[in-house]
Amino acid sequence: MKRLYLILGLILAVLLALPGVLNNYWMEIFILIFFYAYLGQCWNILTGYTGNISLGHALYVGIGAYTATRLAMVFGLSPWLGMLVGGLFATGVGLVIGFLGFRFGLRGVYFVLITISFAEIGRLIALHLESLGSFMGLFIDFNPGFLNMQFRGNLPYYYISLGLLVFSLIVVRTLELSKTGRYLVAIREDEEAAESLGVNTLKYKMVAIGLSAFMTALGGTFDANRIFHLSPDRVMSMGLSIEIILRPIIGGMGTVLGPVVGSFLITLPAEWTRAFFSEMGRPGLHMVIYGFVLILAVFFFPRGIMPLLTRKLRPFFIKE
Amino acid sequence: MDPFLVLQLALQGFLMGGVYGLIALGLSLIFGVMKVINFAHGEMMVFAMFLSITLLLWGGLDPYLSLVIVAAVMFGVGYAVQRVFVNRILDLPEAMQVLVLVGLGIIFENGTLMIWGGSDLSPKTSLALSSFRWGPVTVDVPRLIAFILAIVITLLVLLFLKKTNIGKSIRAAADNRYGALIIGVHINRLYGICFGIGAACVGAAGALLVPLMPAKATMGAPYTMISFVIVILGGMGSLIGALIGGLIIGVAESLGTVFLPSSMKQVVSFTIMIVILLFKPQGLFGGRG
Repeated sequence: MKRLYLILGLILAVLLALPGVLNNYWMEIFILIFFYAYLGQCWNILTGYTGNISLGHALYVGIGAYTATRLAMVFGLSPWLGMLVGGLFATGVGLVIGFLGFRFGLRGVYFVLITISFAEIGRLIALHLESLGSFMGLFIDFNPGFLNMQFRGNLPYYYISLGLLVFSLIVVRTLELSKTGRYLVAIREDEEAAESLGVNTLKYKMVAIGLSAFMTALGGTFDANRIFHLSPDRVMSMGLSIEIILRPIIGGMGTVLGPVVGSFLITLPAEWTRAFFSEMGRPGLHMVIYGFVLILAVFFFPRGIMPLLTRKLRPFFIKE
Repeated sequence: MDPFLVLQLALQGFLMGGVYGLIALGLSLIFGVMKVINFAHGEMMVFAMFLSITLLLWGGLDPYLSLVIVAAVMFGVGYAVQRVFVNRILDLPEAMQVLVLVGLGIIFENGTLMIWGGSDLSPKTSLALSSFRWGPVTVDVPRLIAFILAIVITLLVLLFLKKTNIGKSIRAAADNRYGALIIGVHINRLYGICFGIGAACVGAAGALLVPLMPAKATMGAPYTMISFVIVILGGMGSLIGALIGGLIIGVAESLGTVFLPSSMKQVVSFTIMIVILLFKPQGLFGGRG
């Protein structure tokens, strides 16, 4: 294990020093990699560790983005505080969805559908509330400064997104080693068995969805203050929900490093095909290729890439 | 509130509900037999709409006639999609299945976008604007025809499943896959046919919608959602439930526009879905095949 931490520390050091040699374009790519790895990690807490698939995580991103932005616009509250408020709000919503879903015993496909429908209702509400800018969305005035979480250039965003990612890795690793984490895995593997051994499954699943929603919302605030514009179709769409689940599934659900590996593998090719094929003048072509990549990835790595990596690399990192 | 307006909206929703029912029938059939949720359902419908429009623009074929061709083509597409993609994922964990079907949805949506472009298409059809008064309400003729044809197709599919040999083996495979295998049902071919029928249903529905609304390559997702709602309401895998659920959702959405802006009408159906999921997750007709 020591070796693994050493290597990860080395990688982190390289990533910390990397902006020195990156141009703006590459900085942007790395921010996207970190950001989606972070969101994937948040989703992983719920789905990877408890086995309940959420396809509505864009809802929490949207709540985080809109709450913090609205608070900043109306009360001048710093997004650093606003993101906590948004996080708590998202936790509340997540707990309601979780309670309804878990209490009434919705599993598998049924849970997927309830998360989708809540996310769609959220999107439709944002689309029609005047105070949230309805379909035009909200435009954030550019006032650079640390307190406003707005900066010139990509460098600060690079470090914030990297910070978020490292934070999520630490949280999930801690969770994995804790008693709660073991309970969650037990619930995923066999809920009845866990329950019969005295695990309060409802409570621990609520913990998972609450934590997942809270952290996802933090990401939403970050995104809003990087793009300076949020609209329901960008931050609350089904498309975003799909983007979020993609990387941890490709990387390997229920593993700490899966979402990160998945993000490094997927983000770059996705960006390249977009840049390459959208120049060829056929709209949609790059998304068709993206769809095929997704399907092929599932065919070749039905459990994600992490199990494969673990099998190959484990002897090197962990001495039995 | 004007009672005639409500009546008018209810009638329009009811007629539309027949087409919804046909769309949901395909989804329910696929789920009932293969236990996968076709996340590409609405996108397949839009693809079929554009097929039908192309036949209209090139061949002058009215959507009500080209319906047969479109349904046949979609059957082939569905069969191929099942054999090439869906058949491999039947035993995978649910998250993986979702991912593959979402991937198929992306391919259908953007394939449509690639072939036909991103603009609205609303070609003129022969009966597009005709209507007649029936007592206090006005009835659109294309809507009425769409409704009647949708019901007829739905009944034909039900009859096919009840009476023919293939239909019987499809139901047998839905009941017990292993058992069907043992008595010599060619299960892979059967699954292909079943997915094909689902796709043909949604293809026919797409053709029926051509005279009713402009087609846009990216409009599929809401139809996927709405067919989920209907299937949940009617009961997963229940075919008659899909029809009745479609009628209920059609009326509910249409009446929802009385007190909500029309682009928010989906809130009504999602609310219905959540309530059903919580209190009667097996749906109104769940448990029966």
